[in-house]
Amino acid sequence: MSILINKDTKVITQGMTGKVGQFHTFHCKSYANGANCFVAGVNPKKAGEDFEGIPVYASVLDAKKATGATVSVIYVPPSGAAAAIDEAVEADLDLVICITEGIPVHDMVKTRYKMQGKKTILIGPNCPGLITPDEIKIGIMPGHIHKKGRIGVVSRSGTLTYEAVGQLSALGMGQSSCVGIGGDPINGLKHIDVMRMFNDDPETDAVIMVGEIGGSDEEECARWIKANMKKPVVGFIAGVTAPPGKRMGHAGAIISGGQGGANEKLAVMEESGIYITRNPAEMGRVMQKILKG
Amino acid sequence: MKIHEYQGKEILREFGVPTPRGVACFSVDEAVAAAQKLGGKVWVVKAQIHAGGRGKGGGVKVAKSLDEVKLYASQILGMHLITHQTGPEGQVVRRLLIEEGAQIAKELYVGMVVDRVSQRVALLASSEGGMEIEEVAKHHPEKIHTVRIDPVAGLDAAEAARVAREIGVPDAANAETVQILQGLYRAFVEKDAMLAEINPLVITADNRAIALDAKFNFDSSALYRRPEIVAMRDLDEEDPAEIEASKFDLAYIQLDGNIGCLVNGAGLAMATMDIIKLYGGSPANFLDVGGGANKEKVTEAFKLMLKNPNLKAILVNIFGGIMKCDVIAEGVVAAAREVSLKVPLVVRLEGTNVELGKKILAESGLPIISGNDMADAAQKVVAAAGGQK
Repeated sequence: MSILINKDTKVITQGMTGKVGQFHTFHCKSYANGANCFVAGVNPKKAGEDFEGIPVYASVLDAKKATGATVSVIYVPPSGAAAAIDEAVEADLDLVICITEGIPVHDMVKTRYKMQGKKTILIGPNCPGLITPDEIKIGIMPGHIHKKGRIGVVSRSGTLTYEAVGQLSALGMGQSSCVGIGGDPINGLKHIDVMRMFNDDPETDAVIMVGEIGGSDEEECARWIKANMKKPVVGFIAGVTAPPGKRMGHAGAIISGGQGGANEKLAVMEESGIYITRNPAEMGRVMQKILKG
Repeated sequence: MKIHEYQGKEILREFGVPTPRGVACFSVDEAVAAAQKLGGKVWVVKAQIHAGGRGKGGGVKVAKSLDEVKLYASQILGMHLITHQTGPEGQVVRRLLIEEGAQIAKELYVGMVVDRVSQRVALLASSEGGMEIEEVAKHHPEKIHTVRIDPVAGLDAAEAARVAREIGVPDAANAETVQILQGLYRAFVEKDAMLAEINPLVITADNRAIALDAKFNFDSSALYRRPEIVAMRDLDEEDPAEIEASKFDLAYIQLDGNIGCLVNGAGLAMATMDIIKLYGGSPANFLDVGGGANKEKVTEAFKLMLKNPNLKAILVNIFGGIMKCDVIAEGVVAAAREVSLKVPLVVRLEGTNVELGKKILAESGLPIISGNDMADAAQKVVAAAGGQK
C-alpha cells in the first residue's frame, strides 16, 4: 500500500497540451505503470485530439465520465490555475494536484472557500507533486532517484525533497510515497494531514518531514506527532540563515511578525520527539541510524 | 511589492476611507507651495520611504509655520533616514508628504493580513495605535481583536461595528469607522494586497475617524492584473541587485556573508545557506535559478553574485530534476569563462545526467572544485573562502 495514489490510479491532466504539461505528461506516462494511469487530458479547444495517445476532453467532467479517472494534475498557467482547481472540485474528483507556481493568493483564498464541504483533496499549489515509487509518478520530480521502500517523505519544497529522497535511496532506504505539499501560504494538504496518512499506512515505517520558514504548519504537525504518531519522524527546516521580512523564493517562505522562524520550528519539533537535524546533508543518515536502533 | 504612504492613501480614498488632505512633494519649494495651498496653521512633514519607524528616526515633523515647513523639508529631503527596518546605512529620502495637521484624541490600529491558518483574510484591530502590532501581540495579545472574513459575504457591518467598539471607538465615530474597515477590506481584496495597515487610525477631537498612515504590501503573483499598482513601484526603494535579478526571473536576496550560492529551488537554496553556516562560513546571498535555468540565466546569476564586493568564493548546488546536470554544467563553464572568474568555484551536481555534467566540468580546464555531496561541497567552499569566521 501507499498513501493517496497507487499503480491503479487514473489521472486527468489539466493543461496537458501546453509546453510544460506535454513535457511532464510524457515523463509521467513513461514512469512505471504511467501508461495505464494517465488516461485523459483537458482542453476545451482541443477536445477530440490526443497527445501521445492520451485523449483530450473538453472538461474535467467529460474526462471523468469517459475514463473513470478520480485524480487530476494541473499545469495550467497561474492566471487560470485556481479556476482549474475549481473545475476539478466541481467534478467531485478525489484528489487534485496543482503544480502551478505563482497563483494570486486571493484566488486561492476563494478556491479554498469553495472547497469547504466538498470531498476533493488538494495538494499544492506550487508543488512538485507526489510519487509512489515503481507504481506511479504524478508531477515534476525526477523518477529515477526514487526507490521502492518503506519511508514516507513530506515536504514544502521541490529540490530539497529530491535531496532527501536521493540520500535515502543512496543509503538503500526506499520510499513508500513522497508528497510535495508546496511552498504557497494558502494551500491544500498540510504536513499534519500527510503525517496522519503515513501513520495509518501499514507499508510506511518512518517519515522524513522537510519544512521551511514561514507560517506555523510544522509546529502544528509536531504537536500532533507528539500526541499520536506511532512511527519515528526525522525533521529538517530550511532557512535558519534567512533574514526576517524577506520572501525566500517561495511565496510562503517569509518570517513575518516575529513568527515562522526556523529555530522556533526546530525547537517545537525537537520537544515533540522528532529526530531533528540541522544539517540538510544528514537527513538520510539520521533516518538510517534510527532504523538500525 | 511595497508602495509609499501617500500612494496608499490614494488607494484608501478611492475606497471611501477618509485621510488628511496632503500633497506628495519632491523638493523644498514644492513642500512650501503645498503647505500654502493646503492652508491652516499646522502641517506635518513626512518622509516617504518604504521602511517603517520613520517618526522615531526623525523623518516626521510637525511644522507650525511655513518657515518651519521649509526648514523641516530641507532637513528631511536627502537625509539618510535610519529606522529599525532600514539597516544601519539608512534609506535616502527622495519624496515628502505634506499634510494638514489633525487634532488627535485617540490612536488605534487596524490592519488586514492573509491568515494562513484559517485561509481567509483576517482583520486585526487594537486600541494600541502607533505601536507596532508585533509588539502588541507580544506584550498584550488580549488587546488584539481578530475577525476572519467570509470571502463571499465580505466584512459584515455589524461585526465591524462590534470590533470598533471593542477597540474603543466612541459611538459618535462608529459609523465612520465601519466605513473605514469595510473600505480597507475591499481595497485589500480588489488590489490583491498581502498586508494593509492603518496605523494609526485616529479619532479626532470632534469624533471623526481618519487614516493617519497607510501601509500596503501587494502580492507579486497578482501584479500582472494590477497595472495601476505596478505604476506605483519606486525602484529607488529596492535593492538594485534584486531588481537586476528580477529582470532575469532569478530570485535573489543579498546577505552579509562572503560565499555566493547558486542553487535550483527555493528550499534547497535556503538549505545551502544553512549548511554553509553550519560549517562555519557565511552565505553572501540567496539565489534560486528556478527550474528552467539555461546558460544565459546562469551567466547573469554569476554576474549578480560577482557585483558583491565581499564575495570570496562561490558554491553551485544543483539537484537536477527537470533541469539536466549537463545543461547546467555547460552554463557554469560558459559563465565562468565569460566573467573571467577569479574567486574559487565549488560545484556539486546531483540528479539527471549527473555523470555527463561532471565530465563537462572536469574537461573544461577551469579550476573548478568538485563537491561529492552537499556536506563535502559546503566544507570545501568554506575552506576556499578562507576558513571559518
